[in-house]
Amino acid sequence: MNIICNFPAISIMLCLFAGIFSSGMKGKSARWLNTVLLIVVLVLNAVTTGYCAQNGSFVYVMGKFPAPWGNELRAGSLEGLMATFFCVIMILSLWGGVHKLFGEVDIEKHHLYYVLMGLLLSSLLALIYTNDLFTAYVFIEINTIAACGLIMIRQNGRTIEAAVRYMVMSLIGSAMVLFGICIVYDITGHLLMSNIKDRIAAMMVGGTYPVPLLIAIALLSVGLAIKSALFPFHAWLPDAYGYSTVSSAAVLSSLVSKGYIFLLIKIIYRVIGFDIFAYSEIIDVLFIFGLAGMIFGSVNAIRENDVRRMIAYSSVAQIGYIYMGIGMGTEFGMIAAIFHILTHAATKSLLFVSAMGLTDVSGEKRQFIYLTGAGYRYVVAGVAFAVGSLSMVGVPLFAGFISKLLFAEAAVSLPRKMLPVLIVLGISTILNAIYFMKTVIRIYTPYTGKEYPVKHFKDAKIYSIVLILFIIVNVLLGVYSDPVVELIRRGIEMFA
Amino acid sequence: MFEFGPNLSANYLQIASVIFFVIGFANLLLQPNLIKKIIGFNIMDSGTYLFLASMGYIKGRVAPIIVDGVQSTEAYINPIPSGLVLTGIVVSVSVTALMLSLTIRLYKRYHTLNLDEISTRLNREGL
Repeated sequence: MNIICNFPAISIMLCLFAGIFSSGMKGKSARWLNTVLLIVVLVLNAVTTGYCAQNGSFVYVMGKFPAPWGNELRAGSLEGLMATFFCVIMILSLWGGVHKLFGEVDIEKHHLYYVLMGLLLSSLLALIYTNDLFTAYVFIEINTIAACGLIMIRQNGRTIEAAVRYMVMSLIGSAMVLFGICIVYDITGHLLMSNIKDRIAAMMVGGTYPVPLLIAIALLSVGLAIKSALFPFHAWLPDAYGYSTVSSAAVLSSLVSKGYIFLLIKIIYRVIGFDIFAYSEIIDVLFIFGLAGMIFGSVNAIRENDVRRMIAYSSVAQIGYIYMGIGMGTEFGMIAAIFHILTHAATKSLLFVSAMGLTDVSGEKRQFIYLTGAGYRYVVAGVAFAVGSLSMVGVPLFAGFISKLLFAEAAVSLPRKMLPVLIVLGISTILNAIYFMKTVIRIYTPYTGKEYPVKHFKDAKIYSIVLILFIIVNVLLGVYSDPVVELIRRGIEMFA
Repeated sequence: MFEFGPNLSANYLQIASVIFFVIGFANLLLQPNLIKKIIGFNIMDSGTYLFLASMGYIKGRVAPIIVDGVQSTEAYINPIPSGLVLTGIVVSVSVTALMLSLTIRLYKRYHTLNLDEISTRLNREGL
């Protein structure tokens, strides 16, 4: 067995231990420990991705118990790509919001922030790599608790209330997932994904337990959809993203919800089987709610008068795009959905971090009226916000354009779902353009009146560098999309 | 084909667990009182555990601890569902503790347990 096969397990363990060690450190050293950890995990996962792209996927047996009994990790090029990308976004979000942390969180609690980050990353990696349904459930809960901590570490009434609302919806979601897992276990007798898939294939041939299987699929999909804030279940989202500290908002919107969606995709391919899922009625439910989310999320964002909450509502719309891709029921739709996971992760964290820079030079006010001319007062943040907005609207050269193109291409081959997808894609793009361009025009409107502070590149070097790196990631995803799409396609093939 | 009467009476534990699940679900979602929400969450999770444990139990068999040298698999039940229930209980205990700590913080700040009232006050007063 190659040494590289250990890397997924090692990276999960490293994150857990870094969380434990951070709890005994001062804030600054914990931050550096976390940064080093993230870079190490990034390298490990990148090597794993390269290995899988050449040699195919592999299964890592935890604790030397063979297949039907033990616990397993599984890595393919798609899992590796996701893990690597999540590490990149996490480093950038962490350093982008680090100076804001000093104002919003007590200095003696900073090390706890990095404990939560370590736990969050370990649970995300475990969700990505696991091959065992019950392990997935346990790490879903760890992820929920860590995310709740990230929301409430900034102590004011709003964040605690947002954390309670987040917990309520998340607990409902995870209880439904647990019930779904119980039913799957009861009808198949296995917890490992590959064994369950064999059993379900045999059951489909034999025609046994069609109703419990459908209910299990429904519970798993709806539970994970609630946790990733699909449209009708998004009530907790604007408060949680809008009032938490900026790194938390970036990490929550771009990584936590995506971890659940990726788990759902993995369950679709590796537990239920894509064909069985595509024939069930649940896929149409996800499709319709995805379409509804694309419209209503954007409408809510247009009505919002607070820039952070507007970006949060835009997440609802983008999650709708992803579920629409899953709901198309073809491989092309799934590739588009997975590419949009990457696009949205890169863009939404950029928007949150840059919006924070803009509000900083507007007297900490987040209403649009105060942001007038903020793009001139803080050039880097203004450019970064404009790039993020253009990417979300879908202008060529940026990542958002490629994912919209992929969605449209995937839709053309579908006879029944082509028209709704194209119409809603068009309407949603126009709505996106309305609220993002409104903001971009607002920040570049010359402002004469009360003097606000002006910030330059050298005032916050780390922040500016982070924003530039974010822009580079966005443009790279937009320009060199072909290898990424190819990697995703290969990864999906490896799933089967 | 599908007979409701015998199925219902044979699977009464599963039916009870689903009823528990729905009661807890509705309480967690709809009660404005935070403590009642947490109680609802615990009822919901208990329903899930009852479902899992009852599906793992076979009538007339015992837990797989060898007594009197009986080693036939026919005498014992599958231990995995019970293990899963234990793991689930640990998870729900920690989540309950977290929810209670959040409730304490909100109560200290607003002197009420009613989440809706807290929301209206937040909207009126800002942070």
